[in-house]
Amino acid sequence: MEHAIETRGLIKRFDGLVAVDDVNLSVRRGEIFGLLGPNGAGKSTIIKMLTTMLRPTEGEAYVWGHHIVRERDAVRSCIGVVFQDPSVDGKLTARENLDFHGRMYGMPGDERKRRIAEVLELVELYDKADVLLEEFSGGMRRRLEIARGLMHRPHVLFLDEPTLGLDTQTRRYIWDYIRKMNGEEDVTVVITTHYMEEADNLCNRVAIIDHGRIVALDTPISLKSMIGTDTLTLEVRDGLERLRDVLLGFEWVRSFDASNGYVRLSVDSAQSRIPEVVLAACRAGVRIKSVSVHEPTLEDVFLRYTGRSMRDETGKGDLVRALMRR
Amino acid sequence: MRAFDPYAIYSLWLREMIRFFRLKSRVVGSIAPPFFFLAFLGTGFSGMASRVPAGVDYINYLAPGIIGMTLLFSSTFAGMSVLWDREFGFLREIMVAPVTRLSIVLGRTAGGVTQAVLQGIIILIPGIAMGVKIKGLTGLILSVALMVLISATFIGVGLAFASRMKDMSGFSLIMNFMIFPVFLLSGALFPVQNLPEPVRILSYIDPLTYGVDALRGCLVGANSFPIIIDTLLLAGCCAATMAIGAYLFEMSDVD
Repeated sequence: MEHAIETRGLIKRFDGLVAVDDVNLSVRRGEIFGLLGPNGAGKSTIIKMLTTMLRPTEGEAYVWGHHIVRERDAVRSCIGVVFQDPSVDGKLTARENLDFHGRMYGMPGDERKRRIAEVLELVELYDKADVLLEEFSGGMRRRLEIARGLMHRPHVLFLDEPTLGLDTQTRRYIWDYIRKMNGEEDVTVVITTHYMEEADNLCNRVAIIDHGRIVALDTPISLKSMIGTDTLTLEVRDGLERLRDVLLGFEWVRSFDASNGYVRLSVDSAQSRIPEVVLAACRAGVRIKSVSVHEPTLEDVFLRYTGRSMRDETGKGDLVRALMRR
Repeated sequence: MRAFDPYAIYSLWLREMIRFFRLKSRVVGSIAPPFFFLAFLGTGFSGMASRVPAGVDYINYLAPGIIGMTLLFSSTFAGMSVLWDREFGFLREIMVAPVTRLSIVLGRTAGGVTQAVLQGIIILIPGIAMGVKIKGLTGLILSVALMVLISATFIGVGLAFASRMKDMSGFSLIMNFMIFPVFLLSGALFPVQNLPEPVRILSYIDPLTYGVDALRGCLVGANSFPIIIDTLLLAGCCAATMAIGAYLFEMSDVD
């Protein structure tokens, strides 16, 4: 087995609506793999198929070498899942929730006990072990769910929108836990998100998904470099012509573009070029009012591939969910 | 992985037990209505109750019926608790575990049966205080076995309904058009022979009729049918509803 996950022509239709459309991807062992896309892009549907909660309409997929339809039980034993919506028993304590989980996965008593301490330690909830889950905050509950996903030492951990609805600080904590467990526990992580920063910060590789299709797949850095270089924008009072001559003299300036008193330069590592640009402008007697830098983001990558901004997209997820409920 | 996984079944059972004993108010809440039925109907109707088998006090006649009622309500709700788990998301946690659906059904049933039978036995205590005369120890032990059968029958029914419903909206419908008719037609409160002919037929297809009758036979010796016939019919119903419940649960979607 080469890859942690491999899909071939995965398709899922709900009453004629295509939620996942011919998805081919392979997730390497040990990596943090991100599925990035707007709500309703089909991320959760992919996760649900890979975690055996939904059967694909067409195509096949293997998780840790096991076929997701023919070997459902084998798949289930080697994965952990953190669902998008809460899935804990609020009437049980943290320890009891984990104990239940361990037993369901056939872990013997003393191993369960050791492991509960370990995973609670990992997400820093050890002192809350005997508190009822209904008294947990959203962030704590999510941390416990991550701990539970790891409890039975899965090879692959699926996290469906793990930081949805959490505040920025909690989100960063969760990222730290995910990195930590990816490193310490040697678990392959598949995460869905519609937050660019999350995909950019956390993932080794990202698949950008739109309308059920993978439109791009690579490391965040490569994806962003496909968009091209950074943009340095100067607000200039006068002397545009002189400035053009001076700046185009630098070999690292890839393009020069002026309009309405603004000059846009395409350059690599724009931050470090600011002093040179300002200095050159001064020497040429050009007065600069302001300088700003724009580095390509995954948002730009999404825009490039789909022609839309990710934030525009809402509503279709609800439709898919409504169709699935029937 | 085996179809029958005792460890997972135990885990599911244990969860139900922890929840049951943790929610003290629910225990009290589930014991109170049958207690009131027993206390007020048992005393209030004692003079009016006609045509109960000769030589049997109404309280003796009523107590097994009220146990049947307790089992009916508690078990149907236990079967339908799948809906709560779906509502609170915990069902996914169960469904994604490497445990067969059969083991999940058995675990839930074990938990539900234990709760219901405990409640049934608890309600016997005030009954005895009010003058119910238990026939003997053998009858008592047999009645516990019958309680298990009755309980499993209605857990199957609850599970079947819960598997076909997506949320709690159909709940009151089930309550009013399934549970109450089953209770009132079962002869828990009065002999089914008192009912007019066409309605009596409905009583005869009500599994609880046989459950209550067999309980009456074992506890106070006031059965209208032979206990063995009651038990066989009840066991048949139990096997049927459990099979249907398990099948529909197996077929239901998680989301």
